[in-house]
Amino acid sequence: MSLKYIPTLLGAVAVAGSMLLGSAASAEDKVGFVYVGPVGDHGWTYRHDLGRQAVQNAFGDKVKTTFVESVKEGPDSERVIRQMAADGHKLIFTTSFGFMNPTLKVAKQFPGVKFEHATGYKRTDNVGTYSARFYEGRYVVGKIAGKMTKSNVIGYVGSFPIPEVVRGINAMTLAAKSVNPDVTVKVAWVSTWYDPGKEGDAAKALIDQGADIIFQHTDSPAPLQVAEGRGVWAVGQASDMTKFAPKAQLTAIIDDWDGYYVARTKAVLDGSWKSDDTWGGLKSGMVALADYNSAIPADVVKLAEETRKGIEDGTINPFAGPFNKQDGSVGAAAGSALDDGTLLGMNWYVEGVEGQLPQ
Amino acid sequence: MSGFEWIVPVILTVITAATPLVFAGIGELVTEKSGVLNLGVEGMMLMGAVAGFVTATVTGNYFLAVLVAAFAGAVMAFLFGILTLSLMANQVATGLALTLFGVGLSALMGQSFVGEPVDPLSKLNIAGLSDIPFVGPILFGQDGLVYLSFVLVAGVSWFLYKTKAGLILRAVGDSHDAAHSIGYSVIGIRYLAVMFGGAMSGIGGAYLSLAYTPMWAENMTAGRGWIALALIVFATWKPGLVMVGAYMFGGITILQLHAQAAGLSVPSQVLSMLPYLATIIVLVMISKDQSRIRKHAPACIGKIFHPAA
Repeated sequence: MSLKYIPTLLGAVAVAGSMLLGSAASAEDKVGFVYVGPVGDHGWTYRHDLGRQAVQNAFGDKVKTTFVESVKEGPDSERVIRQMAADGHKLIFTTSFGFMNPTLKVAKQFPGVKFEHATGYKRTDNVGTYSARFYEGRYVVGKIAGKMTKSNVIGYVGSFPIPEVVRGINAMTLAAKSVNPDVTVKVAWVSTWYDPGKEGDAAKALIDQGADIIFQHTDSPAPLQVAEGRGVWAVGQASDMTKFAPKAQLTAIIDDWDGYYVARTKAVLDGSWKSDDTWGGLKSGMVALADYNSAIPADVVKLAEETRKGIEDGTINPFAGPFNKQDGSVGAAAGSALDDGTLLGMNWYVEGVEGQLPQ
Repeated sequence: MSGFEWIVPVILTVITAATPLVFAGIGELVTEKSGVLNLGVEGMMLMGAVAGFVTATVTGNYFLAVLVAAFAGAVMAFLFGILTLSLMANQVATGLALTLFGVGLSALMGQSFVGEPVDPLSKLNIAGLSDIPFVGPILFGQDGLVYLSFVLVAGVSWFLYKTKAGLILRAVGDSHDAAHSIGYSVIGIRYLAVMFGGAMSGIGGAYLSLAYTPMWAENMTAGRGWIALALIVFATWKPGLVMVGAYMFGGITILQLHAQAAGLSVPSQVLSMLPYLATIIVLVMISKDQSRIRKHAPACIGKIFHPAA
């Protein structure tokens, strides 16, 4: 054997050695999380990361959780998801609606990896979806808003006109109108999930247009800060934002993913994972409400609690008729309620919401 | 809200929206007048935002926070200066790199401060004057940095056109070879101009994190640095027009949100586009008159200076 083969031999030994070492080190399973915003947004992504920490705590050494934050929806997300899949992750949670197609694309190429896509609606053998019925929480707070508003105008900072956001607007409006028929809802769309400057500006515009309660479906606490500064009410989104608005926050709609994430990780570890669609709400604990502001009168709190319990035990359905769509046609007739399919594709406003829904 | 009551809150909101653009725009204007094109405005603004925010959170001293923000912006600009003025790298490429660097570094520095609120910069509140209906809050109820922005525009305008030092700066920007042959230190003057631009961008960024939305969030400038760069061209390098442009852009941004809130049935996506569309339209209109641009643009902008023997 001549000397010139030595580098090749060394290379082969190195590769073999690292493969042996590598396989010895992967005694733990990897679970990955792809976030659309920063963990410190104190809202949507923050709650998902709490779920990730719950998984890490529940399984200790058996599982290694990793995450990538602030991944923009689009080609960048595909690269990140593919990298995770190629890196040996067994289970990957993609936590934003806009990750849908990238997730499906990568899932096709990595059939052995399980994917869980949040707030999506397309599933395959190895892609499951999950979401929370945030609108149930908004319905409860809508009742509070209907009672607490003095100007009868409620403002809503919307991100993108997707069904999930429209459901929230409609549920809140139906609840508010059920206790206060004179209420109107104004919506400002900021075309982003997270831009504190824009969200704050939208809140200011809504307040200047007469709103005295601000709801939001965006991820930063900026609208609450604005509400606090202007002396109006607001509702926290995805997590308790009292720190930013001690006086203004009526309550907050809290996402709680801990239980679901631990359960799904367990399913992957013991091999029982199947692609599924989970849509939990107040009952299953995926949606919760923060403490009520002490300034809310006792009878309003009682109404809110009754509504919440009613949704939990099934006696109250936020989308039960009768109610009309914004254009006057029947939304749901008396005695009936909208089914999940209609909810998932909701692209119309109910009566009481001002303005045109961008299509 | 009936009648004209809504005008005052809208004007107040427009002022806060325009002020960061004014700071960044005026700073970069001085830089460009000296012949340097620094595209790193976005990165410098973010560094100023995070530096100012961290200082305010840790010390509670807002004056110090603004100073530190200006310093942070100036340091970033100094780095840019070393690369482009001393090492003679391409200004456009270096500026873009500076933006990316600033975005990343600010995100890294601000990691442990995300989601922490801070008290907003306090607004002036002169007992009798601030309460005058309509005019009171607008003229006498702003925070310190807004007043500083007005002083800045007036000061820079006076400096550039009424002082010898300003004349020298403009000479360096219009013909660096001639200025060099007279004996002025082209590189030295450009360093100062670049660092001033960085400091102002830093203050503009600090305004975002201390007054506009008193928190730190990654990438919170959301493209305002690029808008400031466009505004300078839109204003044909005149300080007063930079301010006009900033207020126009800020005004349209706020008004489109109001239009949505008022229920105007124009699709929100179209309304969101309006500020950028308006900027593009005005730029196109101005560029049609090539002679106007040539008259006002610093002739040596972006050109690397090679001292002739």
